[in-house]
Amino acid sequence: MRIAIIDESAARASIIREGLASLDGCELFVVTERRGLVARIEEIAPEVVLMELGNPSRDVLEEYFAVSRALARPIAMFVDESDDEAIAASIDAGVSAYVIDGLAAHRIRPLIDVAVRRFNAFSRLQSDLAEARGQLAERETIDRAKRILMHNRSLPEPKAYAEMRKAAMDQGRKIVEIADAIVTAHQLVGGK
Amino acid sequence: MGEKLTVGFLPLVDSCLPILAREHGFAEDEGLSLRLVKDVSWATVLDRLLYGHSHAAHMVAPLAIAATLGRGRPAQPLSVPFVLGLNGNAITLRPDLAAEVGAAGRLGDPSVVGAALRAVALARAAAGKRLRFGVVHRYSSHNYMLRYWLAACGIQPDRDVEISTVPPPFCADALEAGEVDGICVGEPWNSVAVERGAGQIVLATAQIWRRGVEKVLALRQPVLADKRDAVERLIRAMCRAGRHFVDPANWDENAAILARPEYLDGDALLIRRAISDRMLLSRGGEVVHYPDFMFQYREAANFPWVSQAEWLYSQMVRWEGMRFDPDDAARAARVFRPDIYRSALKGTGEPLPGASSKVEGSLRGTTAVGTQQGRMTLESNHFFDARVFDPAHIADYLAETN
Repeated sequence: MRIAIIDESAARASIIREGLASLDGCELFVVTERRGLVARIEEIAPEVVLMELGNPSRDVLEEYFAVSRALARPIAMFVDESDDEAIAASIDAGVSAYVIDGLAAHRIRPLIDVAVRRFNAFSRLQSDLAEARGQLAERETIDRAKRILMHNRSLPEPKAYAEMRKAAMDQGRKIVEIADAIVTAHQLVGGK
Repeated sequence: MGEKLTVGFLPLVDSCLPILAREHGFAEDEGLSLRLVKDVSWATVLDRLLYGHSHAAHMVAPLAIAATLGRGRPAQPLSVPFVLGLNGNAITLRPDLAAEVGAAGRLGDPSVVGAALRAVALARAAAGKRLRFGVVHRYSSHNYMLRYWLAACGIQPDRDVEISTVPPPFCADALEAGEVDGICVGEPWNSVAVERGAGQIVLATAQIWRRGVEKVLALRQPVLADKRDAVERLIRAMCRAGRHFVDPANWDENAAILARPEYLDGDALLIRRAISDRMLLSRGGEVVHYPDFMFQYREAANFPWVSQAEWLYSQMVRWEGMRFDPDDAARAARVFRPDIYRSALKGTGEPLPGASSKVEGSLRGTTAVGTQQGRMTLESNHFFDARVFDPAHIADYLAETN
């Protein structure tokens, strides 16, 4: 089975590819380039196309399918009509699938399942990464605010931190918000 | 915290009404909490609607009919209780082509520009290098308006020229790279191409059909039945947003809101131009004012005329080589729901037309029309070739066209 994975994110495409590689009898093609997409798909002649929902070229690809369906070989948009649950799961995961007519549902189903799991795994990785980055940024802001207080008010480090903590508790805000306010105020009065 | 409604949209100026209904608190006043979900393709806006990620969506009008008739996807009946606007698109050509057809620097007469374009198009086709046009979607008013204009000027789409899909954000790139010779797209994307010197605006689609249906608010039929009350409240909030949107006093503020990263993520200056019916046709030129370039409120612009759905169906038949089918025509007609619109706005100050259908293109001047509520006049709604679409005779209309 020839499968095209169209994704502008090379990282995600390789995660999907890796997952599908475990299935028997799959030949995989990854397309990350937007330009010349239709020509490339024509060349690959895939039986299944997987594409991320956030890809702006989806309308281009669907038009190509609609036209080629009228002219030459039939292409079913998406999975089979009866496979509603699988479609819903793939939409939830953020992947769309186009399947050439005549491909048996039992051959497609495991493939879609793997793609969905891989998409979900990638999203989790991304949100973990974003969270880790957010925590790092918070730590940096708190450290900067602490240094400003230590410098401007000649406070020792534990005292500077305690002052911020007290302000946060008094105002019912997070310590990072207090730190952020200190850094912003410092910048406004010309500090670096 | 009111009832939650999720509305999908594409970042285009005419996604303004749900956005402004939320931002100005009109939705909240109606007891609604609106969540807006931005996407970058109509396919994804439609998928989210069909699989329950959104309750309603900003949508190119023909797509709502195509989805109902099962073109491209398994059929799913959609309903349109509110039109988000008329027109607001333009045709932009590469600067060399604009000069060749004598349309550089001004909005031409569609027949005159079309005749000049015909000579160029036929010469190119004879040389084996057909002119190429980009439209934003197969099932878009852009596609149908462009095809209507070309065909009426003696240029046969799909034979004399090529028409393919180019997503709006890539239109300027495609012109610049020579992948297409012209585009038909909504704002701000024509202006982006002009600002980059990649194209010149030669026509507004309002010159092709003076009152052409553009984007609609679409819902799945069962969702409309289930959330009927919330949808009616949304209609009232968006109607108020329309009144706010067309008031010149609010143009700066609304352009700034729409330009924000979570909405269009674009240039407020270009957005303000579109809102105020102004266009810079070519880089370094003067900004021209073309009244009713966009049409969001007056003349009950948001009323879903059944005859407009039927016109869209007629174009689908025409351009996809389908057979006219009275049952399909009736299914297409039922997508537009004037009954919901009336029910939502009954007892407000908004005029409600008495009829649900009209002969499209028949008005050449200002005409008073019968209403159920309020007073209303309609201005000219002609097609540039003076043809008239009578929804009672779709088959005849199609026969005359071919």
